[in-house]
Amino acid sequence: MNVHINTLLCKGCAFCVKYCPKKILEMGTERNKKGHFFVITTDEEKCTSCAICAAMCPEAAIEITKEDSNG
Amino acid sequence: MAQKIYSRPKSLMPMPSGFCPGCLHPLATKLIADAIDELGQNNNAVHVLPVGCSALNLMYWRGDMLGAAHGRAPAAATGFKRSAPDRLVFAYQGDGDLAAIGLAEIMSAANRGENFTVFFANNSTYGMTGGQMAPTTLIGQKTSTTKYGRDAETTGFPMRMCEIISTLDAPYYVARFALNAPKGVNQAKKGIKKALQYQLEGKGFTFVELLTNCPTTWGMTPLQSLDYMETNTIPYFIPGVYKDKGEKA
Repeated sequence: MNVHINTLLCKGCAFCVKYCPKKILEMGTERNKKGHFFVITTDEEKCTSCAICAAMCPEAAIEITKEDSNG
Repeated sequence: MAQKIYSRPKSLMPMPSGFCPGCLHPLATKLIADAIDELGQNNNAVHVLPVGCSALNLMYWRGDMLGAAHGRAPAAATGFKRSAPDRLVFAYQGDGDLAAIGLAEIMSAANRGENFTVFFANNSTYGMTGGQMAPTTLIGQKTSTTKYGRDAETTGFPMRMCEIISTLDAPYYVARFALNAPKGVNQAKKGIKKALQYQLEGKGFTFVELLTNCPTTWGMTPLQSLDYMETNTIPYFIPGVYKDKGEKA
């Protein structure tokens, strides 16, 4: 798990979907407490932790981590 | 062990902002919060609140804040900074606040070379009051008071605040960045940090313009508004560093 989306904060603007270089983010069909559709990850294995989605997120709803290569 | 690459800045409240979906105001605020966290100034920063959408930071910013009358944020910041020179003071203003009603205050504060930072979020419309024409509205842009697009013959031309302020002698750092793409966001983050760093060193007045959007009053989806910025806003308001006295030395 590299991408941690705080679904309560997401407002579904889809800026992260537009700029993800691996195209592994997409708009979900569920709504959060505030009534907004939120973003989900489709193929998280491909994530390189570039953090472009987190940089473009206006609501600071995305947290990015990276697994150490030596385990 | 997982290593953290990016997490929410400490200077923001842990709750949704009051801004519309797709608005770039919270992105600009997030970049300022990131820069303040990196400089270790969380407990030292003072956010001077203006009037307009940018004042929604009242419920979003975690730290000391000071409310100013419409357009008078630079005047209030001047008073605060002079009485407490050790605090990191910054004003965050929109274009209706800074370029229309507060034009005298920003020009005077810049001309005096006051040692604080002004962040200017330019979305080329009045967002909070319903999308009327602002001094920065583009030629041909439709707003609720220019139904057929802004006409230069009756309402004049959009004002480029960075160019105007950079002609003054006193300002130390003047720059403009666009927030519609990752490249501009990264440059903006560095520029914001540089401006705040100059203030901490006591260099003088620093001004950073951030091009933002307003999907609600522009009548677009968030993604359409980013494309509109790319094709219309950026060619007129050209991003770049207009003045950096620290770079020459």
